[in-house]
Amino acid sequence: MDRRAFLARSLGLGCSLAASPLVTPVTFAATPGEGRLIVLILRGGMDGLGALPAYGDPEFASLRGALPLGEAVEDYADLDGFFAMHPALRPVLPWWQEGHLAFVQAVSTPYRDKRSHFDGQDILEAGIADLSAGLSRDGWLNRLLQHLPDTGTETAYAVGNDPLSILSGDAPVARWSPDTDLALSPQAIRLAELVMQEDPAMSAALREAFSLAGSDGDALSFDGARGDMMAMVRQDMMASLRNQNHVKLAEFVAKRLRGDARIASFSLNGWDTHQAQDRGLGRALTGLAETLVTLRDTLGGPVWKTTAVVAMTEFGRTVRLNGTRGTDHGTGGAMLLAGGALRGGQVFGDWPGLSEVALYDRRDLLPTRDLRAHAGWLMQGLFGIDRGLIEREVFPGLDLGEDPRLLA
Amino acid sequence: MRFDPILADMRFGCGLSPDIAPPESVDAMLRGLAQPDAMADAFPIERFDTFLGRMQRRVELSQIRRKNRGTELAATARKDSKLLNKAARQDALGWMAAHIARRVKSTTPLRERLEFFWADHFTATGKRGVIRRATSPYMESAIRPNLNGRFEDLLIAAVTHPVMVHYLDQQTSVGPNSVMAQRRPGKVGMNENLAREVLELHTLGVDGPYTQTDVRELAELLTGLTINFNTGRQFRKPMAEPGAETVLGKSYGGDNPGLRDIEAVLRDLARHPATARHMAGKLAVHFVSDTPEPALVDALEAAWRDSDGDLPLVYAALLNHPAAWETTRPNVKQPFDFVTSACRALAVSPERLLSRDPRALNLWLYAPLRLMGHVWQKPEGPDGLQEADSAWITPQGMAARVQWAMTVPGPLRKGLPDPRDFVETALGPRANDTIRFAAAAAETRQDGIGVVLISPAFQRM
Repeated sequence: MDRRAFLARSLGLGCSLAASPLVTPVTFAATPGEGRLIVLILRGGMDGLGALPAYGDPEFASLRGALPLGEAVEDYADLDGFFAMHPALRPVLPWWQEGHLAFVQAVSTPYRDKRSHFDGQDILEAGIADLSAGLSRDGWLNRLLQHLPDTGTETAYAVGNDPLSILSGDAPVARWSPDTDLALSPQAIRLAELVMQEDPAMSAALREAFSLAGSDGDALSFDGARGDMMAMVRQDMMASLRNQNHVKLAEFVAKRLRGDARIASFSLNGWDTHQAQDRGLGRALTGLAETLVTLRDTLGGPVWKTTAVVAMTEFGRTVRLNGTRGTDHGTGGAMLLAGGALRGGQVFGDWPGLSEVALYDRRDLLPTRDLRAHAGWLMQGLFGIDRGLIEREVFPGLDLGEDPRLLA
Repeated sequence: MRFDPILADMRFGCGLSPDIAPPESVDAMLRGLAQPDAMADAFPIERFDTFLGRMQRRVELSQIRRKNRGTELAATARKDSKLLNKAARQDALGWMAAHIARRVKSTTPLRERLEFFWADHFTATGKRGVIRRATSPYMESAIRPNLNGRFEDLLIAAVTHPVMVHYLDQQTSVGPNSVMAQRRPGKVGMNENLAREVLELHTLGVDGPYTQTDVRELAELLTGLTINFNTGRQFRKPMAEPGAETVLGKSYGGDNPGLRDIEAVLRDLARHPATARHMAGKLAVHFVSDTPEPALVDALEAAWRDSDGDLPLVYAALLNHPAAWETTRPNVKQPFDFVTSACRALAVSPERLLSRDPRALNLWLYAPLRLMGHVWQKPEGPDGLQEADSAWITPQGMAARVQWAMTVPGPLRKGLPDPRDFVETALGPRANDTIRFAAAAAETRQDGIGVVLISPAFQRM
């Protein structure tokens, strides 16, 4: 076969989905219902009291200063006369009225005292009570997946270039980072397929990569000059290092959830606000708001209706500001919930108060409930799985307690 | 199947090189391991005793900050502390480049592969502060000098190393009846983290004959093992649980606890038959196939038991076994093996690599490795990288390899070779007509080099 003949008979770029063994028709047929769960991991420890200030608490002003409440863009939005919302979250404020946005206050994992990101995130993603038995090797979303009926290889997506141990485990999970963006010349694509042919496993993975890369917004095939292509790859690499690709991740996730996927997780970084937190927290919350808006816009109405997004973090931060106008690692924090499936427009959770005696260790918000309980009730409602199963398998040993009725 | 020099380089080395001949025999490979470590001299990586200086300096700076809050002195110390972290971060990228340079230039590439195998078996990394950058110094000090001796010495060096002690929280583990626990009741206590991993990961294996009681007793025996920022490894008696502990039916320690008790239990665990079985399987899976011939595993186990874990004899058993040269179920290269064997085949200049600024190393090596699924020196857990090929042959993993192969070789070296020649250099007798055709049909050199590197013949070992 000479080069001309090869090019002449090549089939072009469209990698037929049906031809890929990783994307079998069975996968397409198999979906565990219509509920969708997106778990956002906020790495670094979100300051719950900064995102959702309890301005109605008598101690609040002495701890954090007076809050500018109002209607302007730079103002905090009053939610219920007690809690306000950070101005950076204003883009999702209308959702509060619709009942598509909610918060849970004063929650945490069972992690206490050491206040290490590393261990805290490990416990958060493992969904276990402590690390005395060593670091975990599987995550709670994977354990959930193992007990969902009719799952396929694309039911759950771990997205981004983060290991996301929340989805690690025995159940198959699709992993993709849209910033792996492939930008190849059309011919390189054909030649890559050609040389991979002799290895079915690699060939299948490559074909799925091509179809995924082509579906995430920008085209796989790159016709521009070589130098432009290099620049694009460089840009993608740098973006992936800086983690500024949250909109891209959200778009990708939403597209998957419009199809067969039902569970997805990705991380947002930048929450470790030890200093000048006005700026840092605002930036991180802006990213979160953009992520949520992108998810909703891309999912579209009907799918949004069956979706719940939960944003959780490894721990809250100190209730007092520190000497550099930031906050240090704390304990109790807040969780954000969004989605059309929610019974939103309210702040869930028991408020422990901010007086000195009410604090944990006299410095942190006291957690009044395990955040796994809320995650558990969400899963129970979205996927109709048995409470006992969640308490035994997904969060071993957890008592889910009373149903907070998070879903509409 | 018997010894084959090409396969020796691909499977037990760092891939084919246009400049360095493959080994002549199994004996030559084993002799190479016993020779002086020329690569460590040529491309140095900081040893941990030197790295400790960075940790000491960091402690000094935080003390200055604490004692002088709000003053100019504290502000300067804070800045210095940031610079110290930044320097370590950049140096760590340089050490990654040095690891690659060694793989490009080594005439004893089996040493490089064994170093990474054992560093992964004894996965450890820093969790907070400057010690996060200490992984390569840990490898250089604990793993590399001990990979061709007795397993028990390697085990002791790794398990009692400050990076491991820190990684698995041993330095805060205090015996419940220790002097320190009596002095500060309710404030200090013991954890089982390191003890469990020693039994489960480092020695007997998860199916090994140990119970929760053994974990607990070993945890008590390990109390006292901690870190000293000036000297490294340290045993502090006030932290140690008094009295003897029984691990796997044998009593260790007594009224005068010390490191020797910990060394004694580690030596026994290293020689335990379950450890022989566990490690035989792990070596065969790592170097040969996800599903190795049972006869190969049996042979490795026997060599281990007969020699009480004398590693050169175990390696000899591996390389002399016909099943080690089977080509029916070859492994897929892990990302670092993939990237470094490409660098070796391309004869990337070490000088050029080592003179690259951290940004370039980030862009061309660290970030792509991460996209391939290997977050360099940030393990997901103490069990290290996955061995199963399926963990690496993912859509994202393959995409990252393809994109890397088609774009990064260009910037990594001055001028790319002719793809038609490169097929033969990189693949030797594994080159086939499809790959030759694809290399020649590519529109650019970059694409041509790329298709060779992503061919299954190159990606499998």
